[in-house]
Amino acid sequence: MMKANPISWWRSFLALPNENMTKTLGMALLVALSCSLLVSITAVLLKPLHMANRLGHGEKHILEIMDSLGGGLPTKRLVELASGQYTDVDPNTRTDLPAERDLARLGSREDVATVFELRDGVGGKLKLLIVPVRGTGYKSTLKGYLALKADLTTVAALTFYEHDETPGLGSRIDEAEWKALWPGKQVADENGAILIEVVKDAGAGRHQVDGISGATRTGTGITRLMRFWLGADGYGPYLARLRAEAGA
Amino acid sequence: MNIHNRTLVDPILVKNPVTLHVLGICSALAVTSTLVTALVMSVSLIVVLAISSATISLIRKHIPQSIRLIVQITIIASLVIVVDMLLQAYLFSISKRLSVFVSLIVTNCIVLGRAESFAMHNSPLASLLDGIGNGLGYTLILVAIATVRELFGAGTLMNITILQTTADGGWFTPLGVMALPASAFFLLGLLVWAVRTIRPEQAELNLPQPPPQAEQEERS
Repeated sequence: MMKANPISWWRSFLALPNENMTKTLGMALLVALSCSLLVSITAVLLKPLHMANRLGHGEKHILEIMDSLGGGLPTKRLVELASGQYTDVDPNTRTDLPAERDLARLGSREDVATVFELRDGVGGKLKLLIVPVRGTGYKSTLKGYLALKADLTTVAALTFYEHDETPGLGSRIDEAEWKALWPGKQVADENGAILIEVVKDAGAGRHQVDGISGATRTGTGITRLMRFWLGADGYGPYLARLRAEAGA
Repeated sequence: MNIHNRTLVDPILVKNPVTLHVLGICSALAVTSTLVTALVMSVSLIVVLAISSATISLIRKHIPQSIRLIVQITIIASLVIVVDMLLQAYLFSISKRLSVFVSLIVTNCIVLGRAESFAMHNSPLASLLDGIGNGLGYTLILVAIATVRELFGAGTLMNITILQTTADGGWFTPLGVMALPASAFFLLGLLVWAVRTIRPEQAELNLPQPPPQAEQEERS
């Protein structure tokens, strides 16, 4: 039955009764193979478009924030996270985070981040700062932007442009109603201790944001990512430098 | 050719998969708050249904009985992923609003139902037409419900203002219930009622005797 000639081999394969084990396994394999080829080829071909869409979506969010706060175009700056100094080149290197400091559960973070500053004229007083933040929620990585007012403690906005949380529960973090809870909250107290958190039935605390029922772990994820990015491994050094500058 | 015409046209009105078989209503509830999402969802379903039916019919004589459902679902799921990726690439903002519902076409009973009851027993051309026909039938219902919901829930159609709402200084107070998924249930119920009043033979009065084998399908 099995001949070397592939065409006659193919014919004899097709001629096998459908309930034959070889035929069953062969058909399963062929269907799985052609379907996975179809899916992977599409994924590879469309990847540039997907990436462009995601990026565009993120930048659109910045513009939305700017729009809602009213005021000019922000300047893009590269910041070296460890020192908090500006830099001109992004070496695209990453630093691994040890588990106990990895609040946002990222594994590693980039050494240079892109931030957006809105100032009164060139080199003037800082009016608004927008920094990208991300971290692990319930079942996906949450990516968003945090906007801080000139005092660097008051939240101007927090918005997530990419996540894959449970629709109707965690996914509500990108709804206007929930985002409206953030502006005016204080991320830290007078001594600089970072206290911002998402909790259920938070009431009107300065540092507490009301969590979404049924999305406790998404809320915890946001608490952790806020604390990470505002902390010493995140924008801490950079924020300290900006504060020192403003005080000077 | 006549028989092919009937394969295409019958499922749109006479044997509509949503009103006769009450299939695919899960997504009909979820995506009908606006006409745009309903239309994009419908087009996605037509594409998946037509291609999957034709493909399954093409290889129907070589699908082993023991793994037939797995083979069908594999083909359907792959097509759904491809359609979802195409939407994310070319209609990004709409795909955000449809969120998981495009992926859930995999579990839309119309697709597996047509594969099992029609494509497994008919030629690829007939299966293609049957797929397009059933997809159009689904489209008709979705568009009907979405039109009512968007018009009375937001005063717009295709995002164009038809009834000026009070919020915009007009006279129309939007019906809040229309914005809720439950309203799709009520509308669908009324629609099925209307169809079965006009065509009493579609009512399930003759049960419990089971429908003919070829039309037997699972419900969702």
